[in-house]
Amino acid sequence: MWPRPAREALSRVYLPFTDRTVGGYFTCLASFMGQHRPGTSQSQSCHNPRKGLHVNFKRFGRPAVIAIAAGLALSSCAANEGAAPAADASASTLTGTLNGAGSSAMDAAQQAWIAAFQTANTGVTINYEPSGSGGGREAFIAGGTDFAGSDSYLGTDELAGEFASCVPGTKAVDLPVYISPIAVIFNVEGVDELNMDADTLAKIFSGAITTWDDAAIVALNPDATLPAETINAVHRSDDSGTTKNFTDYLGQAAASGLWDEKASDTFPFGGEGAKGTSGVVDAVTNGTNMIGYADASQAGTLSTAKLMVGDEFVAYTPEAAAEVVVGSPLVADRAADDLALDLNRKTTNPAEYPLVLVSYAIVCNEYADAAQGELVKAYVEFISSAEGQAVAEENAGVAPMTSELIDNVAAVLATVK
Amino acid sequence: MTTAAATTIKARQRPGDRIFSSATLIAGSLILAVLAAVAIFLLVESLPAFVADPAEFSGDTTNFWSYVGPLVFGTIYSAILSLIMAVPVAIGIALFISHFAPRKLAQGLGYLVDLLAAVPSVVFGLWGIGVLAPLVQPFYANLVDWFGWFTPFAGPVSGTGRTIFTVAIVLAVMILPIITAICREIFLQTPLLHEEAALALGATRWEMIRMAVLPFGLPGIISASMLGLGRALGETMAVAMVLSPSREVIFQLLTAQNSNTIASNIALNFPEASGVGINILLATGLMLFVVTLLVNMLARAIINSRKAFSGAN
Repeated sequence: MWPRPAREALSRVYLPFTDRTVGGYFTCLASFMGQHRPGTSQSQSCHNPRKGLHVNFKRFGRPAVIAIAAGLALSSCAANEGAAPAADASASTLTGTLNGAGSSAMDAAQQAWIAAFQTANTGVTINYEPSGSGGGREAFIAGGTDFAGSDSYLGTDELAGEFASCVPGTKAVDLPVYISPIAVIFNVEGVDELNMDADTLAKIFSGAITTWDDAAIVALNPDATLPAETINAVHRSDDSGTTKNFTDYLGQAAASGLWDEKASDTFPFGGEGAKGTSGVVDAVTNGTNMIGYADASQAGTLSTAKLMVGDEFVAYTPEAAAEVVVGSPLVADRAADDLALDLNRKTTNPAEYPLVLVSYAIVCNEYADAAQGELVKAYVEFISSAEGQAVAEENAGVAPMTSELIDNVAAVLATVK
Repeated sequence: MTTAAATTIKARQRPGDRIFSSATLIAGSLILAVLAAVAIFLLVESLPAFVADPAEFSGDTTNFWSYVGPLVFGTIYSAILSLIMAVPVAIGIALFISHFAPRKLAQGLGYLVDLLAAVPSVVFGLWGIGVLAPLVQPFYANLVDWFGWFTPFAGPVSGTGRTIFTVAIVLAVMILPIITAICREIFLQTPLLHEEAALALGATRWEMIRMAVLPFGLPGIISASMLGLGRALGETMAVAMVLSPSREVIFQLLTAQNSNTIASNIALNFPEASGVGINILLATGLMLFVVTLLVNMLARAIINSRKAFSGAN
């Protein structure tokens, strides 16, 4: 680095004042605090702040106290006068606090529902913690929360156990309340419309197809001018229900051998990863020759691909997404009032869009605390009503449930106590 | 003389002395207590991860060590890359401020550098995604075309530029202020006699810096770098936002597949984690704790071993 002889010669000239036996950066930091900084005047920062403060307090203290006291007295009079009519205005008799936890995908919708519900029922406080679907189910089973929001329904092992919030011996049920379509978004120069089928998507996202002008893609899009460029497939780098439903779709709808991984929150293959829905949308927007998947409500101005259903290409619409949920059978071998859905990813009905995420509200059949049961019932009735679905559509971009599904959920809720 | 030595004179203990000494004692033990609390928390919470069921690990990994290995690699790899970029620039800025710039300009520049330290990391993350990554992507494509035979620059190039190299640039910008600030203060402490002696012997300004300032400041530069390295190792948000991660050890700098860092992996997976998954993430946190400790110890060792040679003594 630097020549040794010169340094040795210099080091005998003068011994510096910093002792490095204590070592490291602490000495450096001490000096950083201003010991040896040339050109800064110490006196500037050394005025006595206490003096000014003291004077100010004396001068303004007494009037301020009087003003505050007067304000308090006046406002308490006003509160007394206003109390009587306010009680009449609120028709709701519900009071209490409700705690829920679970799916973070549902969080935006839950916050909108909570705001709307609390406005209508001023005595109720609802908390929803987006701790993740698994964590939400665990907390509900352990009795820490009154309801859970979950991207997957209760497992058979979970149903076999006890639920601490429910009357001993009774079970909990899954009620679908949140339908979010997942869009396949892309950004390829010169391509405005893109048709896809499950096989091709599986090949793209598993890395079996690497260029946009691959024969499989050209066969689906005979009219498009596809570039001879590398495909950059973006997936979620964080664990998410969106990935779970996307991989579930590919696993079920693609031909066997193309996508053998089971559905999971973690994306099983390589490719480009991005954090959160917004990260994926950003990556697809800013990159070149990109394709990705994201909650349809967040796709923004990006082009979305049509999926082959039956022998037609179906564009994503909220109606088509809600339709596939109605067309899906309930999961077999469960209680009759458990509305867990076996989503029909292989549907051949072109009115249905099979790439959706369904989240459930998980509630007790019978609550150990009847008052809490009444609250949960009222809240879930609200979120699964046409009105609640409209609130979520406006604030979180969900696909509103069809009236048939709303009726089914309401029928189950009627038995909840 | 002997009689005076026999009677011990006891210093009078004033209240101020006692208050001050006990205050420092409390402060000193508090830091130990906090450190111990964090270490014990991590240790206890990590234990289930080491004996976790193979099915609990996502992807193909079946035990904790194969899970955390690529993360440790990614953490150290990105931090060292950022250090390689940041240190020369920081030394340059510090030298400019301390020895070249006119005093007024130097002060303003110093404030600007400190301002950089006040920018929240999430803003750096947004800048990384929105500005830096699209900006450097074409350069990456050229690098892969021309130097693809050299392993770190091997393709296929990332289509978005969100690679570990971009992360290293963002980290370098983030650690620049702290390294610059400390180097600047160290360089200002160079004994004037050294500098004047060098100049008097006919050295140019550059030779004076090479012979007087840099040798004197070397331990400080290393300390500053280690502080910066510490921040780069632990940086979470910016990495989580910018990096396109995977679960393997990957040396390539410019592809879409990059080794993730520990802190970023925790941030990405904690929101949806439950049960043993949380323990596994906390255990990776323990590994980060150990890695940071080792790096700091190494830095200390380097400083101590160089002490005898440095211009300071």
